[in-house]
Amino acid sequence: MHIKYESQLREPLVYGEKNFHQVTEDILRPIEVKPSRLWYIGFFIAVTLLLFGVFSLYREVTYGIGQWNLNKTIGWGWDITNFVWWVGIGHAGTLISAVLLLFRQGWRTGVNRAAEAMTIFAVMCAGQFPIFHMGRVWLAFFIMPYPNSRGPLWVNFNSPLLWDVFAISTYFTVSLLFWYSGLLPDLATVRDRAFTKLRQKLYGIASFGWTGSTKHWQRHESLSLVLAGLSTPLVLSVHTIVSFDFATSVIPGWHTTIFPPYFVAGAIFSGFAMVQSLLIVVRKVFGLTDYITIGHIDLMNKVIVLTGSIVGIAYLTELFMGWYSQNKYEGYTFWYSRAYLFSPYGWSYWGMMACNVLSPQIFWSRKMRRNVFVTFFMSIIVNIGMWFERFVIIVTSLYRDYLPSSWSVYYSPSIWEVGFYLGTFGLFFTCFFLFAKYFPVIAVAEIKYVLKRSGESFKPEFEKLEAEPLDKFVHDNAHAH
Amino acid sequence: MAQKKFVVGCFDEEKVLFPAVKQVRTAGYKIKDVYTPFAVHGLDHALGMRETSLHTAGFIYGITGTATAVSAISWIFTKDWPLNIGGKPHFALPAWIPIIFELTVLFAAVGMVMTFCWLCQLAPGVKKHHFHKRATDDLFVMVIECSDKTNTDDLVAFLKSNGAIETDVQVAEEEWWFGTYDKQDDLYNTKQVAL
Repeated sequence: MHIKYESQLREPLVYGEKNFHQVTEDILRPIEVKPSRLWYIGFFIAVTLLLFGVFSLYREVTYGIGQWNLNKTIGWGWDITNFVWWVGIGHAGTLISAVLLLFRQGWRTGVNRAAEAMTIFAVMCAGQFPIFHMGRVWLAFFIMPYPNSRGPLWVNFNSPLLWDVFAISTYFTVSLLFWYSGLLPDLATVRDRAFTKLRQKLYGIASFGWTGSTKHWQRHESLSLVLAGLSTPLVLSVHTIVSFDFATSVIPGWHTTIFPPYFVAGAIFSGFAMVQSLLIVVRKVFGLTDYITIGHIDLMNKVIVLTGSIVGIAYLTELFMGWYSQNKYEGYTFWYSRAYLFSPYGWSYWGMMACNVLSPQIFWSRKMRRNVFVTFFMSIIVNIGMWFERFVIIVTSLYRDYLPSSWSVYYSPSIWEVGFYLGTFGLFFTCFFLFAKYFPVIAVAEIKYVLKRSGESFKPEFEKLEAEPLDKFVHDNAHAH
Repeated sequence: MAQKKFVVGCFDEEKVLFPAVKQVRTAGYKIKDVYTPFAVHGLDHALGMRETSLHTAGFIYGITGTATAVSAISWIFTKDWPLNIGGKPHFALPAWIPIIFELTVLFAAVGMVMTFCWLCQLAPGVKKHHFHKRATDDLFVMVIECSDKTNTDDLVAFLKSNGAIETDVQVAEEEWWFGTYDKQDDLYNTKQVAL
C-alpha cells in the first residue's frame, strides 16, 4: 500500500507557496537568464586552473614521470592520493540518488541532480591520475583486454589494478546513464519553454524527443528503480575495489581487512562534504533556498557525522590491531610512522585525525548542523582531512619499507605534480559551472512529484488525513485508482 | 506514418484527472495517452496499461554480462594464456568476482537504457508531435484518438464537464520523425486530413 502523505513530524521539502509552474520557473530561471558576473569570474578561474593542469601534464608527458618528485621508495605520492580522493568524492552522488531512492527518502530530490553531476565530474578527474601515472599515456589502451598482435598477451584479471579499471569505468558509465536518463524530462521542460531557435534546437536534440507520455514515465520509473538497485552495490564495490589496490598488497599499513568498509565510509563522508560545499553556494547564488533547504543541509550533516565517526572507529581499530597483532612492521607503521607526532610524516596523521574525527563531532549539535556557515567551513575541513587520510595511507606506509637503505623522507611534490592536481580542480569546476549554466541543477520533475505531498503549503491538507484511523485511510486510499 | 485527429483535454489537478480518465474510458473513448510533467503514480493503471517488462530485460542483460565475463576470463586464463603464478590454479574464480560483478552491472545498465530509448523512441534528433507545450510544465494533457464516428464537439463538451480547463482538436502525426524543434516540419503537404 502506498502511504500517500508525509508525516507532520518531517520538515517540508519545498518551502513557500508553490504550484507546478512556479517550481519550473524557479529552477529554470538560472539557465534562462544571462550568467552573473560571479559566474564569469568563477568560470575564468576554473578554466585558468584547467589550462595550468594541461600545461603540467604536457611537461609530464613530454619529459616523463621524472617531472614529479616520486622516487623509488615513494612510488605513489600525490597522484594516487588525488586519485583516491576524487573517487571518494564521486561516491556521494550515486549514494544520494540510488541508495536514498531505494530507501524512499524524499529529500533526495532536492540535491540528487547536482550531486550526480558532481559524481561524474569527480570520477572524470580521478581517472586522469592513474592514466597519466602510467607514464607512456599514449599506450593507456593496453589496460583494456582485447585480442592483440603481441602473441596471446592479456591483462591480468587477478590484479586489483585491473579490477579498478573495470570498476571505475563501469561506475562512470552507469552514473552517466543514470544522470542523463533522469535529465531527459527536465531538458524537455527547458525545450518547451525555449525562447530562441537555437535553444529549441539544442535542447530538442538533448531531450531526445521526450513527450511525458504515461507509458514512458512508467518505463522511466522502472528504469530509475533498477538502475538504483544496480548502482547501490556498484557504488559500494567501487571504493571496495579501490581499497583492494592497497589491501591485497603486503605493505604494512595497507595489508588490512578493514579497508573496504573503512574506505566506503570515508568516500561517503568526503562525498557529502563536497556536495555541501557546492550546494551551499548554488542554493544561495541561484536563489534556490526553498528547494535546497536547511533541512537538507541538516540531514546531510547527519550523514557526515555518522560516516566521520565510522572512519574514526576504523582509525582506532587500525591502531589497536597494530599493537595487538604484535607484528613489528605493523606496529612500526601505525605507532611510529603515523601516530607519533614527531615522526617525519606524523603531522599528516594528526591533521587527518583533527579534520576527520574530532571536528565533525560538532554536528551532534542541531544548531551547528543547521548553520550554513559552519557547514560550509566544515565541508572544506572534511575534504582536507580526507585528502590527508589518503596521503597518510599511501606515503607513511611507503617511505620506510623493509630495507632501511632505501628509506626516504624527502618527498614533496614538484610544481607540475601540484599543477596536475590544480588542473583537476579546474576540470571539475569548469564542468560544474557549465552544468549549472546549461542544465537544471535540481530535478524539476521529481520536485513536482514530491511537491503536493511534502511541500510546505500542501502539508496542512494532510492533517485531517492523519487524524483518520489507519483502516479508514487504507480503505479510502489504497485503491483510489 | 499516419496522421490522425485527436481531441485534447488539459487538466491541472491530479484529483480531477483521475476521475476524468475513468469517465472517458467508461464512455468508450480511446485515450491515446496522457502527457504529464512528472510521473503520476497510478495513472498507468488507471489507463489500463500493463506493467512494463523493462526490469526483466535488465535481468537478461545482467546475466549476459555475467556469462560474458566468466567465459571470456576463463578462456583467456585456462586456454589462451595460462600463466603459472606460483603454481596457483588457472581457474581462479574468487579473484575474478570483482570483474564479473562489474560487467554484470555494466551490461544490465547499458542494455536497459538502450532498451528504454528503443521502446520509448528516444534519441537525439528524434521529433514528435507535442499536443501542448505545458505538458512538460504544469498540465496533464489527455489525448483522445478520434474515429470516423467521433463527434468532436460532444467529446470536447464531455471533457469540459469533467474538469478539463483547456480543450483543443488537433490533426497530428502520431509517430516520431527526424527533425529539430526549431523548425515547423511540413510533413504532409499532399494529403491533409479534413478537420
